[in-house]
Amino acid sequence: MQTVTRDLLLQKACELLDAGTVNRVYGWQKGQFDYDVTPAVFSSREELEKDFVYNDFCGANFSKYLIKETAGEGKILVFLKPCDTYSFNQLLTEHRFDREKVYAVGIPCDGMADIRLIEEEVGEGVTGVETDGDKLIVHTLYDGDVKLNRADYLAERCRVCKSKKHVAYDELLGEDGDVVDSARFDEVAKLEAMTPDERFAFWQNELSRCIRCNACRDVCPACTCEKCVFGNPKSGVENKAVSDSFEEKMFHIIRAFHVAGRCTDCGECSRVCPQHIPLHLLNRKFIKDIDAFYGEYQAGAEVGSRAPLVDYTEGDMEPGEAVASVDERGGKDA
Amino acid sequence: MQVNENFKPLIVAFCCNWCSYAGADLAGNNRLNYPAEVKIIRVPCSCRVNPMFILRAFQRGADGVIICGCHPGDCHYTSGNYFTRRRMSLLFSMLDYLGIERERTRVEWVSAAEGAKFAATMNEFVEQVTALGENKRLEDLRCKQ
Ligand code: SF4
Ligand code: SF4
Ligand code: SF4
Repeated sequence: MQTVTRDLLLQKACELLDAGTVNRVYGWQKGQFDYDVTPAVFSSREELEKDFVYNDFCGANFSKYLIKETAGEGKILVFLKPCDTYSFNQLLTEHRFDREKVYAVGIPCDGMADIRLIEEEVGEGVTGVETDGDKLIVHTLYDGDVKLNRADYLAERCRVCKSKKHVAYDELLGEDGDVVDSARFDEVAKLEAMTPDERFAFWQNELSRCIRCNACRDVCPACTCEKCVFGNPKSGVENKAVSDSFEEKMFHIIRAFHVAGRCTDCGECSRVCPQHIPLHLLNRKFIKDIDAFYGEYQAGAEVGSRAPLVDYTEGDMEPGEAVASVDERGGKDA
Repeated sequence: MQVNENFKPLIVAFCCNWCSYAGADLAGNNRLNYPAEVKIIRVPCSCRVNPMFILRAFQRGADGVIICGCHPGDCHYTSGNYFTRRRMSLLFSMLDYLGIERERTRVEWVSAAEGAKFAATMNEFVEQVTALGENKRLEDLRCKQ
């Protein structure tokens, strides 16, 4: 269960609207089911009371939306989970929105549930999900209510949450947590330890499912270019290529490369991918390498920090050495 | 892997204008041999090489890609090659992670005075890529004749 409740957030939002501190609220809007909440802008108490929700499915990171929203008049209230605050800072570092036009309220987070995992367990026909302490009560069309252990159905990013500490806010609701020593690189290390043939087969299998909906790019708070290389019709990688696998490799390598050093590992890309492609395994590879080659770096931890790819030292490793050093970390040789 | 006895790899060498391209020129002037399979693309600085150029080269049929620039500290633009070094370290490591043979990519620093190094590097790299055979993992069927 979330420590902060819908009522608490609603109360805070109404209070700030009434006081005139903000004139809009960025929040989660009720969908048809408990688990399909959508990001939305609310501008009155009535709208909030009607549609505002906060539950275990409010994974959406609002930071990127601020680029567009701060173009409007007045301040906007935004609720930020710890992971969202890293994206918030990263966007500020890149001068992507006006800090003055945002009132950020940090909310403690107990992890978000992943409806796909729930559906994998109980099958289709989930009509609602309620939280009861550390249990999830899943209402289903065919099997009545099913009780699940909440902790087992958290989103991947929450199971390996890197930080419960907010790195940016104007006001914090509740207690702040700490940076967590998480196991988020374990999967990457496992892949590194495979042979190149196994790795190739693994990625071929994963990436070939990509339908090039571009959702991973569109949701990413680090992907904010107004013109994207993948929108270029002359590139040959603008759409899904029917007969070929080069397009998907190009897309995935370049997408991850373009955010390397700036990706905060917020996990939004993997969350939105309709094909369940583990995009975090690409992003975290870059993060892990950066940490190993150039010293630990967490994008978004501080506003104004210099990203590793726009920095250098004279004694940096040579590319050949760098790739070989991965073997020493547990990877096998070719 | 099938070994084709007559296989000649196609190598794309991105050479920076100020050092490595001049190094290649010197190799030529000194009548030093290096394989004709090496196709040089001159770039203003090694850091001009966008990772997409490298993938694009593979897409269009390259079997190996090498980037040559001024030695660290000697960049005509002061620091370009330092950025190249970081970018390529990460990119090559990612290619390796995806199971693409790491021997197909390389960065080498070659100054304008190092004609002999240029020729030796190219000979060695061509040999290395020849041993690997054709690039299959990053080919684009649509670009095949
Ligand atoms: S990654 Fe951490 S902070 Fe973000 S939603 Fe999951 S548990 Fe909450
Ligand atoms: S969200 Fe998934 S399916 Fe869509 S483009 Fe990204 S990786 Fe491909
Ligand atoms: S690449 Fe994915 S994890 Fe990284 S910032 Fe973008 S959406 Fe978040």
